[in-house]
Amino acid sequence: MQWVAGVGAATERSVAYVGELAEILGNSLRLLFLSPLKRGRMLQRAVHEAMGAGVRALPIVSLITFFVGIIIALQGAYQLQRIGAMQLVPSLVAISITRELGPLVTAIVVIGRSGSAFAAEIGTMRVTEELDALKTMALDPVAFLVVPKFLAMAVMLPCLTIVADLMGVLGGSLFGVIGGGFSFGGYLIATQDALLARDIASGFVKSVVFGITITAVACKEGFSTGAGAEEVGLSTTSAVVVSILLVILIDLVFTVLFYVAKGSA
Amino acid sequence: MTAAEAIVSVSNLRVDYGSREVLHGLTFEVRRGETLVVIGGSGSGKSTMLRTLVGLERPSSGEVRIKGVDITRAGAREMDGIRKRIGLAFQGGALIGSMSLGGNISLPLLEHTTLEPSTIEVMVRIKLEQVGLSGFENYSPSQLSGGMKKRAALARAMALDPEILFFDEPSAGLDPITAAGIDDLILSLKKAYALSMVVVTHELARAFLIADRIILLDRGNIVAMGPVDEVRNSEHPRVRQFLDRIADSAQDDDVDHLRMFTEGIR
Repeated sequence: MQWVAGVGAATERSVAYVGELAEILGNSLRLLFLSPLKRGRMLQRAVHEAMGAGVRALPIVSLITFFVGIIIALQGAYQLQRIGAMQLVPSLVAISITRELGPLVTAIVVIGRSGSAFAAEIGTMRVTEELDALKTMALDPVAFLVVPKFLAMAVMLPCLTIVADLMGVLGGSLFGVIGGGFSFGGYLIATQDALLARDIASGFVKSVVFGITITAVACKEGFSTGAGAEEVGLSTTSAVVVSILLVILIDLVFTVLFYVAKGSA
Repeated sequence: MTAAEAIVSVSNLRVDYGSREVLHGLTFEVRRGETLVVIGGSGSGKSTMLRTLVGLERPSSGEVRIKGVDITRAGAREMDGIRKRIGLAFQGGALIGSMSLGGNISLPLLEHTTLEPSTIEVMVRIKLEQVGLSGFENYSPSQLSGGMKKRAALARAMALDPEILFFDEPSAGLDPITAAGIDDLILSLKKAYALSMVVVTHELARAFLIADRIILLDRGNIVAMGPVDEVRNSEHPRVRQFLDRIADSAQDDDVDHLRMFTEGIR
């Protein structure tokens, strides 16, 4: 019966963890509106974070989703060819990219780039007493460090996702034009016909939630860093692992919800 | 000495980490304009005391009044107000690594005042000049030596012209010449401003040099408190041991010593 206790303890830890994430998000929301810190400076820091987490991620996100677009087109064509439905390739690519792979791949790239960086930054600041120094200067570390990160990620992740959607479709069109007998214009029209606003909107909504989740996990892990350089490495690792797990889990929940909602409509 | 008004008053302060109590009920005050030096060995609780005085640790009981406000019960706004009137120079500097030296010192000015950026730039230069770091505005903290970091931390702690300056181990880990430079700096600040200072150190010679009053902290208790000469001439065995640099084991009760090995074992 020991495993029952084990499951219970693990469940309790998970619930407590989610509670801590909610706490850091709640605190940030409160401080966004109520912190005595200057709003202009806060926004400046948010823009700075947005440059790092968003704009500088553009090339890598674009490249990766372009390749993913080609891969989906190839894999799709491999199956669709057998039933002579090659004309469905643009629609397959468009829907899988906008609904699923665009937001997901973007989130995972951002976790690798920024989630890890946030955890390491805050963790190192904790180890070197910089967080304490901020506190003694009457600069709340959550208001000073975390709020701008939330703002940046909640805005930049959807933006990156839109670019990812576009690049995925372009990747698909590369195969469509070279190997699928489409003209470029024809491929785009087929894509446009296949897509509903809802497809893009669902990816958009997901990406906002992903951005908030990644920031909450990374900052929480940063703040709970113990003493020493090794601890910074450990919190960076768990920031990445937990973020990926949570993003996939949230994605699953959203997909089920969208599926059920569509079924009943 | 005339009894000046107390700017910090601490009464019956207790702090514990988990089940281990580190400070066992400290009561003392810092008078306006004086330099109070807290000396004690490693593990005496002096750093914990300093962290509690500035509100980084929560005491388990007792109160800490800074300018009349009990910071153990103060709300966030009230605490911010107090924190803008005090400065803490950290032992390792604790400069924000992602900012230049100038950025570190201008940070509290940019966040808490409405001064023009050009005015702030001038103020940063003045602060750096005071601590002997003129021309280092654009250096990053990682490019500074240990002594420079300590001086930069002091400049940042003074950025908002605080009334009370807390200083954690100003000379620890520095060569004697650099350490003497820091002492001179503290003495000149004391002369130039009506600053109240609390300096935590384990170095006696420096304590006698810069202090108006001294507190000797031992294992979380105050064993001696008073003007420099009074402490220097104290006959308290623990004070003499510290002043005469006698190692601990030579003083320990033999039975106590044996108990350390056998405690909790059956």
